[in-house]
Amino acid sequence: MSDVRLENVVKRFGEHAALDDISLTIKDQEFFVLLGPTGAGKTTTLRVIAGLEKHEAGHVYLDGALMDGTQPADRDVAFVFQQYSLYPSMSVYDNMAFPLRSPLRRIPEDEIKRRIATAAEKLRITHLLERKTARLSGGEMQRVSIGRAIVRAPRVFLMDEPLSNLDAKLRESLRVELKHLQKTQGSTTLFVTHDQIEALTMADRIAVLDDGRIVQVGTPFDIYDRPATTFVAQLVGAPRINLVVAARTSADGGGWRTRDGSLIFAGHSDGSPLPPEVTVGIRPEDIRLGEGAFLGDLILVEPLGVETILHFKVGGDTLLCIVPGVARYKVGERIAFGLAVERLHYFDLDGRRV
Amino acid sequence: MANIELKQVEKKFGETFAVKPLDMSVQSGEFIVFLGPSGCGKTTTLRMISGLEAVTDGAILLDGRDVTWLHPSERDIAFVFQFFALYSHMSARENIAFPLQAAGLKRDQIRQQVAQVATMLRIDHLLDRRPGSLSGGDQQRIALARALVRRPAAFLMDEPLGALDAEFRESMRAEIKRLHIDQGATTVYVTHDQIEAMAMGDRIVIMSAAVVQQIGTPAEVYYDPANLFVARFIGSPGMNLLDGVYKAGAVHLPGGGAYTVPDDWRRVLDAPGALPADNAIVLGFRPEAVRVTRPGNDSPGELGAAVYADDLHGGYSMLHLQLADGVIVHGRAAREARHAIHSVLRFDLDPTLVRFFNPQTERAIGRDS
Repeated sequence: MSDVRLENVVKRFGEHAALDDISLTIKDQEFFVLLGPTGAGKTTTLRVIAGLEKHEAGHVYLDGALMDGTQPADRDVAFVFQQYSLYPSMSVYDNMAFPLRSPLRRIPEDEIKRRIATAAEKLRITHLLERKTARLSGGEMQRVSIGRAIVRAPRVFLMDEPLSNLDAKLRESLRVELKHLQKTQGSTTLFVTHDQIEALTMADRIAVLDDGRIVQVGTPFDIYDRPATTFVAQLVGAPRINLVVAARTSADGGGWRTRDGSLIFAGHSDGSPLPPEVTVGIRPEDIRLGEGAFLGDLILVEPLGVETILHFKVGGDTLLCIVPGVARYKVGERIAFGLAVERLHYFDLDGRRV
Repeated sequence: MANIELKQVEKKFGETFAVKPLDMSVQSGEFIVFLGPSGCGKTTTLRMISGLEAVTDGAILLDGRDVTWLHPSERDIAFVFQFFALYSHMSARENIAFPLQAAGLKRDQIRQQVAQVATMLRIDHLLDRRPGSLSGGDQQRIALARALVRRPAAFLMDEPLGALDAEFRESMRAEIKRLHIDQGATTVYVTHDQIEAMAMGDRIVIMSAAVVQQIGTPAEVYYDPANLFVARFIGSPGMNLLDGVYKAGAVHLPGGGAYTVPDDWRRVLDAPGALPADNAIVLGFRPEAVRVTRPGNDSPGELGAAVYADDLHGGYSMLHLQLADGVIVHGRAAREARHAIHSVLRFDLDPTLVRFFNPQTERAIGRDS
């Protein structure tokens, strides 16, 4: 059993509150992702859990035990960084064995050998064990870094953007492997990233951070389908969600219209109330081309192969829409479209979901 | 507007080829993207077109005029680099006006053209600022404005978005393409980002190891890659590629199981010489070709696999399937379809989306060859 609990944690750097009253529970065996822009407080949260950073208020618990005064070395957590910190002159094997050979641990060599063999197989680096780390590719080095964390069998893995220095293709495949590994090992993992696709694809649950505060915690489906704020809505999904401002035109319930009336929204299907002015979020895949009540002028076509992104001018707004495969439309065409009304998102003018 | 023609253009550094003899023509008004990993020769090609790099052999024609040995300034082309080389002591306006002043234009002509390009790029409000006080994206807009204001016959752009963050790159990508649609200037654009290349290019020139691998529209390079390199490089993830042996109308996979080749392909593969002597073959298919069969509802599904991972990508899910020999296949799935890790399932392939490759030559096997 390994769970992590943060209770009202505050961390200040000078006047600035890097973490402003953070409370979180990461469950045993959970893959938990902290997602947010640079400066949101993601890395600081990890460092506070690891004990590398001292918080001013609140409490950190590991497995129910209070860690506030505990030294980093005694917390039994493993950190994997963005920059692989391997010893270049040592072999992969010796790099992985290093933390286990610490005099504090006194693990026998044959046990070390067994652990490394198991981890290496899972990470597909068995063939690299005798190689010097200086001669590895970036992807291989990051696998070794992860392997070095795995052999320790720590209570919790703390990973700080471990994939962001790798090229796109490698990132993609390592993402899948890391998720598979975490699920088969059942290791409690806290993973920090600013990359929404890493968060959506790997997490059991995601906490979205902004400016030292938690904006929303939920499963990838929760975050994508029911974003709590426009900030969260814009953070996940590529291309980004379309946001348009609409206002109630008459008191008798004529719906919410964009300024020039090009788009009209009926509001929630169950009739639950909305403020007179709203921001409406429309995911690009929720625009249905070909038929519908609205008209858009196609201004740009971006064929990506598996799908095509279409940019429309609809009155004063530009909407991005995504369709599978090759689109047969041409720039300059006027195209009718409809909206998947049950999938629209409504926010008040402060950006809160309503 | 200009067309650009490369005739047997090559570049050697010492004995090594940076670019092997290359033939291609860029139509007037076309947006051409050179795509490839670093060191593939794409930037060298661009620099030869600009005149910043001398060719080792071959000829470069601009509108039929041989410019191979002309100085860069005599070629009437504008270059946009990744690193916005703006003059830090000048305002944005002065930076943009600089090439016009150098060309000796009159003051009110300059003012008018700067205003026009600034409106187009929505940077009017930034004109009096110094580059150092602007964000990376705004600096790149100024650099773009400075290139555009010259109205050259052709634009050459070397990873102009490479230094920007992901979100900004996407919006700038759309802006550059919009500008191209409005202005219609011939553009040659270099990137290592296949998504950028697909989104922007009328045609894409894919290079690897100093050699052009394929020239085609985004749809051509995606659906009909010329070889294994292109199949892997284009798409995220790239094409699924399974090694197998072709025998009696089916591709037999090393871990057991076989894929029955569609009839129209069978004729092609049965033709003498289509495959190496040992009948080794590579079966290729894009993630969207994978159709997981539902027990009871559909045909049993030809191929079997265990779920390796299953993840949400927003509007869709990606299913990662491990075959008996350990190879992982990526399949697109409806977002609602969830599968537990290690669960066993069967799948078919959309017959219109399968492709075949000769593992010896690494080349695609053409349906009409």
